[in-house]
Amino acid sequence: MKKINCEQISMEVAKLCIEANCLLGVDMQKAFNVAIEKERTDLGVEVLKDLKENFEIAKERMMPICQDTGTAVVFIELGQQVEIVGGSFEESIQVGVRKGYQSGYLRKSIVQSPFLRKNTGDNTPAIIHTKIVDGDTLKITVMPKGGGSENVSRLGMLNPAQGREGVAFFVLETLKLAGPNACPPYVVGVAVGGNFEAVAVASKEVLTRDLADKGNSDEAIALEQELLIKINELGIGAQGFGGDNTAFSVKVNIMPCHIASLPVAVNISCHVNRHKSIVIQGVS
Amino acid sequence: MIINKLVAGQRVLLSGVIYTARDQAHKRIAESLFNEKKPPFDLIGQAIYYVGPAPAKPGEIIGSAGPTTSGRMDVYTPLMLENGIRVLIGKGKRNQDVKAALLKTGSVYLAAYGGAGALLANSIKKADIIAYEDLGPEAIYRLEVEDFPVIVIIDILGNDYYEQVEEHRNA
Repeated sequence: MKKINCEQISMEVAKLCIEANCLLGVDMQKAFNVAIEKERTDLGVEVLKDLKENFEIAKERMMPICQDTGTAVVFIELGQQVEIVGGSFEESIQVGVRKGYQSGYLRKSIVQSPFLRKNTGDNTPAIIHTKIVDGDTLKITVMPKGGGSENVSRLGMLNPAQGREGVAFFVLETLKLAGPNACPPYVVGVAVGGNFEAVAVASKEVLTRDLADKGNSDEAIALEQELLIKINELGIGAQGFGGDNTAFSVKVNIMPCHIASLPVAVNISCHVNRHKSIVIQGVS
Repeated sequence: MIINKLVAGQRVLLSGVIYTARDQAHKRIAESLFNEKKPPFDLIGQAIYYVGPAPAKPGEIIGSAGPTTSGRMDVYTPLMLENGIRVLIGKGKRNQDVKAALLKTGSVYLAAYGGAGALLANSIKKADIIAYEDLGPEAIYRLEVEDFPVIVIIDILGNDYYEQVEEHRNA
C-alpha cells in the first residue's frame, strides 16, 4: 500500500478551491478566442471581450472571477492501493474547503438549513463524490458550482419510446428555459441512462472533461455535435443579448439503464466552467 | 440618473449610489414594509443591485461583485417598486408582475454582466454595510459606483430587450 496524508489532501483541496475560482482553464481560454472569431454581432463580440477582461483582472489580483464562488463539489478518484493516513478522509476535504474559502477571500454561500437559511460561514459542507479505482494515486477535482447555473439544470425520467429525439428535445427545452439566466455562453453537461441519481452525478462530472475531449461512444459524439449546433441556433448568445455563441461545448455521457427507463440529466455550466484537478502520488 | 431616456438594448455606464439586496434582504425589507416599519434605507428613487459580493481582501474596497439571477426576487419586486425603488440591476428574465409594476411606476430593469465579478468590482469606489450584517454576503451594502457598465433590459415604456432578442431569432 502507498500512503497519502490527510494534511496534504487538505492543503491541495484549499489550493484547488482558490485556483478554480480565480483562474480560467486553458481549454476555456481557447474556447473564448474561437467564440470571438465566430461571433457576428457587435454586442456579442464586445461582451465576450469584456468577459475576457474580467478573467485578466481576476488573475492579476487573484480574486474570484465571479462573486458566486459556488458549492464546492469535489470529485475523488481514489486508487485502491492507497492508504489514507493521519485522519479522516472526508473531514480532510472539508478542512481544505474551509481553508481555501477563508484564505482565498471566496464567498461563503452555504446555509445550514434550507428553511432557516443561516450561513455556515465557511462554505462547508462540500459535496463529495468518491470512486475507488485501480492504482496508487488520488485524483481530486474541485468544481465550484454556482447557484444560478445549478438552478436551471434539469433531470427527466423519460419514456423509452421517446428515444433519442425525446432526449434532444429535453436538452433544448432546458436551454430555452435557462435563456439568459445562467450566464451564457454555456458548457452543457448531458448524461443519458443510468438511473435517477447516477444520471444527475454523471451530467455534472462530464463538465470536468477537457473541452477538446470527445464523448464516450460514437453515439455520444454524434449527439454532442448535433446538440451544439441546435443550441447555438437558439440564438440566446453571450449574456442572453443574442448572437452566435449560446454554448461553447456540449459534453455527453451515455450509460446503460433499466428496460423501463430513459433517464436524462442536463447540468448547465456558466461561461467560466470552473474546475481544477490534481493527482497526488501515494508514497511508500 | 434620467431613467426616462433609457432605451432597451442600450449599453450605459452608471455613476452614483446603489444599494445591494438579494434573496434574504428582500424578504426582510418586505417584512418591515408589511409591518409598517421603516426599511433600512429610504427606498424613494433608489436603485437596487442584486448581488452578494465576495469578501474584500485587506486593503481592497470589495471582492468580486457581479449580479445574481433577478427572477428569484420577482415575488418581492412589485412591492419594492410601489414603495419607491426605480432602478433594478441584475441578470436574467423577469415575470409579468414585475414588468407590469415597472410600467406602472415608470421604473427600469438593467442587466450587469453575469459572472464578471472582478470587472464590476473595479467600478465600485466605496462599499459600506448598512443593514443585516448577520446575513453575510446577503447584507445590504451602500455602493458608490463609477462608470458601472449595464445593458438596459426593460425601459419605462415596457420594451424588453431579452424578448426583442427572442423575437429576432424567431423571425
